[in-house]
Amino acid sequence: MTKPCRVADEQTWSDVGALDAIPRQGSRTVASAVGDIAVFRSVDDQVFALLDRCPHKNGPLSQGIVHGSRVTCPLHSWVIELQSGQAVAPDQGCARQFPVKLEDGRVWLDMAG
Amino acid sequence: MKQKLVLIGNGMAGVRTLEELLKIAPDAYDVTVFGAEPYVNYNRILLSPMLAGEKTLDDIVLNGPDWYAGHGITLHKGKKVVKIDRRQRLVVAEDGTQAGYDRLLLATGSTPALLSVPGKELDGVIGFRDIHDVERMLSCARQHRHAVVIGGGLLGLEAANGLRKQGMQVTVVHLVDNLMNRQLDAPASQLLQRALEDTGLDFLMQAQTEALLGDTRVRAIRFKDGTELPADLVVMAVGIRPNVELARCAGLHCEKGIVVNDTLQTFDPRVYAVGECVQHRGQLFGLVAPLFEQAKVCANHLAGYGIARYQSTVTATKLKVTGIDLFSAGQFQGGEGYENLLFQDPARGIYKKLVIQDNRIKGAVLYGDTVDGAWYFQLMRDGTDIAALRENLLFGQAHLGDSGHGAESKAVNLPDSAEVCGCNGVCKGDILKAITTHKLFTLDEVRSHTKASASCGSCTGLVEQIISSALGADYSVSTDKKPLCKCTEHTHDEVRQAIRKEGLKTIPAVMALLNWKTPDGCAGCRPALNYYLLSQWPGEYQDDPQSRFINERVHANIQKDGSYSVVPRIWGGLTTPAELRAIADVAEKYQVPTVKITGGQRIDLLGIKKETLPQVWHDLNQAGLMSGHAYGKSLRTVKTCVGKEWCRFGTQESMALGVGLEKMTWGSWTPHKFKMAVSGCPRNCAEATIKDFGVVCVDSGYELHVGGNGGVKVRATDLLCKVDSEEEVHEYCGAFMQVYREEARYLERTAHWIERVGLAYVKQRVVEDEAGRQALFQRFLASQQSAQSDPWAALAEEPAREQFAHLGSVA
Ligand SMILES: Cc1cc2nc3c(=O)[nH]c(=O)nc-3n(C[C@H](O)[C@H](O)[C@H](O)COP(=O)(O)OP(=O)(O)OC[C@H]3O[C@@H](n4cnc5c(N)ncnc54)[C@H](O)[C@@H]3O)c2cc1C
Ligand code: HEM
Ligand code: SF4
Ligand code: FES
Repeated sequence: MTKPCRVADEQTWSDVGALDAIPRQGSRTVASAVGDIAVFRSVDDQVFALLDRCPHKNGPLSQGIVHGSRVTCPLHSWVIELQSGQAVAPDQGCARQFPVKLEDGRVWLDMAG
Repeated sequence: MKQKLVLIGNGMAGVRTLEELLKIAPDAYDVTVFGAEPYVNYNRILLSPMLAGEKTLDDIVLNGPDWYAGHGITLHKGKKVVKIDRRQRLVVAEDGTQAGYDRLLLATGSTPALLSVPGKELDGVIGFRDIHDVERMLSCARQHRHAVVIGGGLLGLEAANGLRKQGMQVTVVHLVDNLMNRQLDAPASQLLQRALEDTGLDFLMQAQTEALLGDTRVRAIRFKDGTELPADLVVMAVGIRPNVELARCAGLHCEKGIVVNDTLQTFDPRVYAVGECVQHRGQLFGLVAPLFEQAKVCANHLAGYGIARYQSTVTATKLKVTGIDLFSAGQFQGGEGYENLLFQDPARGIYKKLVIQDNRIKGAVLYGDTVDGAWYFQLMRDGTDIAALRENLLFGQAHLGDSGHGAESKAVNLPDSAEVCGCNGVCKGDILKAITTHKLFTLDEVRSHTKASASCGSCTGLVEQIISSALGADYSVSTDKKPLCKCTEHTHDEVRQAIRKEGLKTIPAVMALLNWKTPDGCAGCRPALNYYLLSQWPGEYQDDPQSRFINERVHANIQKDGSYSVVPRIWGGLTTPAELRAIADVAEKYQVPTVKITGGQRIDLLGIKKETLPQVWHDLNQAGLMSGHAYGKSLRTVKTCVGKEWCRFGTQESMALGVGLEKMTWGSWTPHKFKMAVSGCPRNCAEATIKDFGVVCVDSGYELHVGGNGGVKVRATDLLCKVDSEEEVHEYCGAFMQVYREEARYLERTAHWIERVGLAYVKQRVVEDEAGRQALFQRFLASQQSAQSDPWAALAEEPAREQFAHLGSVA
């Protein structure tokens, strides 16, 4: 597995919405001070969160096609690992990743660090 | 515990099979490899350039020690396997090393055949097969002068060329009159001989070797007619013999080669064999393309998928002698029942021959100008009907059609700085560099490393030419079967057939039945499957928005900054002051930064934020405007000219006809975008002859044109037929769209589809077969009943509207 590019050291979680409000194999965005954050839901109901900016040319990853635990950027089809934010080879780059968890059908996001 | 796989033969076919296996089932086996040669896996094909001094040993390594280590593969190099014990499932090497197996893969290749003449065992008499042979030739070239190569085939000529470059005086001895007689016809072979003579090679044709003379080392060669020729080095290149001894001693059924079935299994189901050592359906092998194909199939079975079959591979040949361009494929001789198309220009040293049967290319020989080799080969493998191309076929792909793309496609002549892929800004030099540094073989690999031809695909032919000019025959274009994407082994057509035959109604059902390799596909296959299901089960299949590209999901066009453009439908390009006013109001209210008239006679509102889309649509809907589908793989626009209603030249009511066609076809999903136009007279102001379906009105009726394309590579339409009434225009239009929808592959424009299936086929379906046409038209109309609802109206309301807003926010 590729490592996440950044790991938070101090964790402060906020509830950002219901899992059901995100389509399977899809994504919704969460507004934040650092810009939109894309929260993805995979076919098997895992959730992931990345800054909504593709490492290539800032494409909105939330608008891509989600497959497995990856998303294909809508602008020029880079493929990004949702877990780590890393671009899949041969492309190189990393989208900032945020810790995210599921509790009782609610999605929690950690913005610290 | 993991199963054990042992590979005997560390060569091209065996290791390629491991590579294919690692791609699809990386953890299936503990792998052990035995190789008789003391090297890692290298590219045997490049021994010729290595002999010629154009490549070094490092250049030709395919997989270094790191590769074996990284995949946990045990490599015993320099260890020849001498025994296979099938009862105990054990292989034993010369030095006593043993390894047990659950599955065994034989890829022992072949050895050069030696003429059985006296003196063949003398020092200085060698074959041309491996690094050791090349080293011996190089050392001989440093000390001696006279070389004789026996055999004027591909291998012999490459050896001769290399030795000449190393400073030797080389004579090629050939049994018959024509060089490379298994790939070339007489005229091409004579051109080749002349060109090689010009480089300083000598030839002795129709010469039968009787003996090699010398005491310990070879000194001369004697022929049947008594003449002699001095020789310090004799290279025998008279053919190859599959290495079957090991297999035969193990009791495996062998004839000339190790006999395998379509799954590359020998008579012992635990033992597989690939490469030059096998015999498949009576056939032996000598080029890498079929071996790579075998590797794929064999890996599929080793991985336990068990669906692939190896049938046979059409191969093409290029000679790797710098400065000589030569290409040969298929039935190049022609003869009874074949037609030959010939082009000869002795002054420029160009010769082209295409062998045709039933309007299909069956073989080709090209000399001097091989740029179009890859293209002819493609036409040949696809069995494309060339009737419509025939006139210009010999002049090459660059001469098809009449505008837009000139002689620039001559890949070999392009400078390294020339941009090949306009979409991704990739130059020829970038591609060549990627091929050498990353050791790429296929179009897919080049695509993923350079992005060349990964976007619009219009440069694919050029990229293929560059790859094949860089790699020679090593370039494995020869997959007759191109899988839909990397998630599956199946082609577009196979997937579609399965959907129809097996009555598959959902994406997961298709993936399950056809053994998809990924849990839920990728951005390549999901949209294709969604389309195929939609077109097969109209009204029944529940469209999957998550398998659609964003533009079709939100019914607007994504822009480079992540905003969207909105294009309302303007029927036939006709609008009213009220509509214009409504559009102007929307533009002002939402501060739309750019308002633009499009090439398809629509108005484009650019720079709208995703959150605002539902409000914009709502306002436009209120004024009676709906989605223009300017974003979809669907009917885009019908462009019209003013026509008879106003124009002094007009012959028919082109505006009304265009509006009628648009009302009938809007909302239909197609394999790729679909554009139409109606011009009121042959002046063709609406440019109907570069549309997917174009109508040109004439005094006596309506000409229907199909398969046109603007864009990167302009293609003018083909004339489908002429009809008398507007009703017929509607019927032919619907029928044409319906065959295209039912039979073209996803993302195949009408232009490419028609080039693939042939205009004659389309005419047969839409024009000649009257009942068939009416049935197609009815199916079209039936599927339109569930397609024609305005997506904007649905999305502008709750709850769909919610998805355009943020899910939430954080501090
Ligand atoms: C000089 C040259 C130029 C060529 N040019 C072209 C070209 O331009 N285009 C093209 O398509 N093809 C070309 N070919 C042919 C191509 O290289 C072969 O088709 C291909 O290498 C065959 O692959 P293989 O794996 O079956 O055999 P190999 O690559 O020969 O591999 C077999 C390996 O098995 C080893 N081995 C055999 N027996 C044993 C044993 N008992 N124990 C352990 N190891 C064993 C051998 O030492 C060898 O390393 C060329 C060949 C040569 C020699
Ligand atoms: C062969 C000579 C041609 C003649 C005599 C001709 C003449 C005309 C005439 C009389 C009109 C009607 C204008 C009006 O009143 O609205 C017209 C419209 C037009 N022409 Fe041509 N034309 C010719 C070729 C072309 C070509 C080759 C093109 C473009 C490729 C073209 C593009 C247009 C366009 C875009 C319009 C406006 C159509 C519309 O939107 O209604 N014309 N032309
Ligand atoms: S195509 Fe003919 S009818 Fe239409 S605008 Fe041009 S000249 Fe007039
Ligand atoms: S911005 Fe994502 S691929 Fe270009």
